[in-house]
Amino acid sequence: MNRQPAAWLFLAPAAIVLGVFFLVPVIGALVLSLTDYDLYALADLHNLRFVAFDNYWALLHRPLFWRALWHTVYFVVVAVPLSIAVSLCTALLLHSPLARCKPFFRTALFAPVVTTVVAVAVVWRYLFNTKYGLVNDMLGGIGIHPVDWLGDPHWAMPAIILFAVWKNFGYNMIILLAGLQAIPADFYEAARIDGASAWQQFRHITLPMLAPILLMVGILTVSGYFQLFAEPYVITEGGPLESTVSVLYLMYNEGFKWWNLGSASAIAFLLFAIMFVVTACMLRFGRRESEA
Amino acid sequence: MNPRIAKALINGLLIGATIIALFPLLWMLSVSLMYPGEASALPPPLLPTHATLHNYRELFARAGMGRYLLNSLSVSAAITVLSLALNIMAGYAFAKLRFAGCNTLFKAVMGMLAIPAQVAMLPLFLMLKPIGLVNNYGGVIVPAMASAFGIFLVRQYARGIPDELLEAARIDGAGELRIFARIVLPLLKPIMVTLAIYTFLTAWNDFMWPLIVLTGQEHYTLPLGLASLAREHAQDAELMMAGSVITVVPVLVLFLALQRYYLEGLLLGSVKG
Repeated sequence: MNRQPAAWLFLAPAAIVLGVFFLVPVIGALVLSLTDYDLYALADLHNLRFVAFDNYWALLHRPLFWRALWHTVYFVVVAVPLSIAVSLCTALLLHSPLARCKPFFRTALFAPVVTTVVAVAVVWRYLFNTKYGLVNDMLGGIGIHPVDWLGDPHWAMPAIILFAVWKNFGYNMIILLAGLQAIPADFYEAARIDGASAWQQFRHITLPMLAPILLMVGILTVSGYFQLFAEPYVITEGGPLESTVSVLYLMYNEGFKWWNLGSASAIAFLLFAIMFVVTACMLRFGRRESEA
Repeated sequence: MNPRIAKALINGLLIGATIIALFPLLWMLSVSLMYPGEASALPPPLLPTHATLHNYRELFARAGMGRYLLNSLSVSAAITVLSLALNIMAGYAFAKLRFAGCNTLFKAVMGMLAIPAQVAMLPLFLMLKPIGLVNNYGGVIVPAMASAFGIFLVRQYARGIPDELLEAARIDGAGELRIFARIVLPLLKPIMVTLAIYTFLTAWNDFMWPLIVLTGQEHYTLPLGLASLAREHAQDAELMMAGSVITVVPVLVLFLALQRYYLEGLLLGSVKG
């Protein structure tokens, strides 16, 4: 019996939407990045010129692009390990047979994940307030001088990192918790009989068994964190002194504030290329480690 | 280590982590009930001296919060309903209907997961402009009507439907549409709930694309309205906290009511296919 027509009937609507509103624009972005599409072209398409790799070349010579890339890399390199460490610690706590009220703790720790980034970013902006913010108030309680979190270019990115860790750790916590629950209990039993300490059990059973999940979580978190945008948009507006301008923030300004759509597309593609290379390397490295 | 000390330590750490996770949300609620200016005092107050709904009234009466709320609700609901229908059909087709090019097409859809959505945003804006979907709810809804992730999730789940069940119906002469409506849909109910919550939350919390495509205030969703209020009313902590409460509470309530489905979906989506 021929089931082809039915299959295509079921597939067509989704395929058309994804094709027209995602695949075509992605290819369009590549083409756009090779043109000088700007405000003049927006007014009249006759002003559009093909410029080959000029946009990319110009970006690589633009200090602001390198700074935005550096800020983004800084965010990824610090916030990803920190997030995963917090996720792993809370997952281990939740997994412990000694923990009480597990469903309550799990739900409470996960709550920040479902909140709206913009809304909680607004909340944290006030918590980070130099004078009236509770973050400084609590630091003052243990004798630390007030930090100008959002006004000092050195502290604005750490503030955003703290916010991102708070907002996101619950997601990976749930995935890692499921990973911990999948490790057979007899492994620990055998280790205990052999006299292994809690740390040795963690180091030689938990970590290796969790490695594939940690790798996946790491890759997903890295690609998510490279797309930093709403946090600096709301908390710092890219400042102070452009110290929290991320690559996507730059793309947004370039494209929709200054209407340099050609150059903005080149930024988007460079970010995509960087993300691709980084995650591919992680995958490669992770696979080799697990084979060794 | 003494088991009693270990138990106290583990539960103590869990309580500490929970306080950190929930404190900003509780503080937001508390400050939203304070009178204007009350939160800017030393030492910073934790609870309002006299709770008031003044900020909420102000937001709905003057700042157009009612409109933003309605926009968010209708846009997120439309995206949820439409994308649910499209993703379920496609996910089922990938899982259960063998057709030429099935695997290649599925790989292409999975490949899309690796491409960050922002790459498509600039050309998409230019494409939607001439057809009148810029500054129109349609500009947010239409591109979100199908998602590679949703299709993947449904396929994972639908693979569990036994082929014998479908074959038996075919032998009885049922058409493919009838099989889908009568047999497949009821079996997919759990994943439909999961996908619906997931899609609704994602649509509700979405920021960058709506910010680009909804250019007029009358079309703003809550996150956009809130971000623009935050730039105008930077000093009004109490007012902004009330705005954040209105934005966050609907999704938190939805999550609390249906968290089992949400967390199951999260795990299903993260297992490699």
